[in-house]
Amino acid sequence: MNDIPKIETKPPDGKEIIIEISNLKKTLGDNEVLKDVNISIYRGESLIILGKSGSGKSVTLKCIVGLMTPDSGKVNVLNINVPELDIDELQELRMKIGFIFQSGALYDSMSVRENLEFPLVRHEKLTDDEVENRIKEALTNVGLVESIDKMPSELSGGMRKRIGLARTLILKPEIMLYDEPTTGLDPATSKEISNLIIEMQKKFKVTSVIVTHDMKCAKMTADRIVVLKDGVFAAEGTYDELQKSDDEFVRGFFE
Amino acid sequence: MNSILPKFLTDLLLIVYGLYRFSVRYFKEVFKPPYEFKETFRQFFEIGNKSLGLVSLTGFIIGFVLALQSIPMLTKFGAVSLIPTMISISIVREIGPVITGLICAGKIGSGIGAELGSMKVSEQIDAMEVSATNPFKFLVVTRITATTLMIPLLIIYADTIALIGGFAAMNIFSGQSLQLYFSTVFSALSFADVIPATIKTFFFGYAIGLVGSYQGYNASRGTESVGIAANVSVVYSSIFVILLDMVAVQLTMILY
Repeated sequence: MNDIPKIETKPPDGKEIIIEISNLKKTLGDNEVLKDVNISIYRGESLIILGKSGSGKSVTLKCIVGLMTPDSGKVNVLNINVPELDIDELQELRMKIGFIFQSGALYDSMSVRENLEFPLVRHEKLTDDEVENRIKEALTNVGLVESIDKMPSELSGGMRKRIGLARTLILKPEIMLYDEPTTGLDPATSKEISNLIIEMQKKFKVTSVIVTHDMKCAKMTADRIVVLKDGVFAAEGTYDELQKSDDEFVRGFFE
Repeated sequence: MNSILPKFLTDLLLIVYGLYRFSVRYFKEVFKPPYEFKETFRQFFEIGNKSLGLVSLTGFIIGFVLALQSIPMLTKFGAVSLIPTMISISIVREIGPVITGLICAGKIGSGIGAELGSMKVSEQIDAMEVSATNPFKFLVVTRITATTLMIPLLIIYADTIALIGGFAAMNIFSGQSLQLYFSTVFSALSFADVIPATIKTFFFGYAIGLVGSYQGYNASRGTESVGIAANVSVVYSSIFVILLDMVAVQLTMILY
């Protein structure tokens, strides 16, 4: 990846910037979803992105991982501008990023074991025993080692999300992107998933970017929260700071 | 901006252009390692083995009905002995490949369109992409390769079963023996019949896999698009089977 343009960043207060988005614009159809998004995300932090449905939170995540190409602007991940990468360079970068989908996105036709094996055997040269150990280790981390031979259709919504998390963590990424990880789950399971996010963050020291509507999840997991409104980040702060915000729109999320 | 072309024509041209680009990508990826042998063999099984029942039944009925319809008419002209010749040439050259191709377009093309469409809608294809793997290679290359290689085998198998069906009708309604029937069938066939008819089936298989994969892989969001992907896959792959057959017949007539 020698030819990829690298942008030097000056981290404030000794913090290292791991993702830097500047002047990001993205239009879907006639709708200008992201108008001018600017943010720096620091290594090891847990950032929550709040916003109404359709405000472009998931689009921002997809631009970070290269699933969507922005109309303009820069998305520097680990000092590499994602929109300028070719497919091979993008694949190399994606090894360092994990993405948890709202639905879990488990491969329906494969068992849990095959789901976890899928990315592993394609990226690392391991013996069968090593693959088995890595799969069991990943499943132990999410407390579902007994489900190793089940098919996704036999799992509950919460279990699917935990398996999705295990499948992503098996490649030991530096950055985790969560797209509404607790949507559609009951409060108890939502709490379990939130705890798991915190646990994994501490254990693997990953940087987490979480898109959510679930304020309990936000309160538990957030180091910092940003609010997306009309295609720009309208507010930024800790949970307690934003809860006392003067802006009615921002306060609305906490009521 | 208003297009000067009617909408259906614009849509058709867009699909043809999309298929062309998809095809170019297939040929770029198919020879590039790493190879997905395990998934390709799984697709051979899914496409070949699971279609055997349907292809056997339709093949047998085609042969049986063709003979049955011909017996009364050719009896009037005292030409019953020509029926095996007629059956063998018509089945091997045209009816076997086209009817089996259309059945495969319906069963296999729609299956691929719906499966990939559903994977697209449920973000499974995106999940493969963000895990730094190549979903095109795993899902599309394996399926197109499997249809290209398995559909010709299914068609050869269907031709054989249709000839057996023809024998059943001839034996039941005309009392013809197995030996006489098949010796007439094989003496009527030449390589000039079999080879072009077999070559065109590879193109049928390729077209069915290509159209099904393209429609599924490019399905838009929403469950409705899964149905649309399956439906459009059947329509376009059937049209391509018929168009390719027409081109193949023209080429065969020029070459032979």
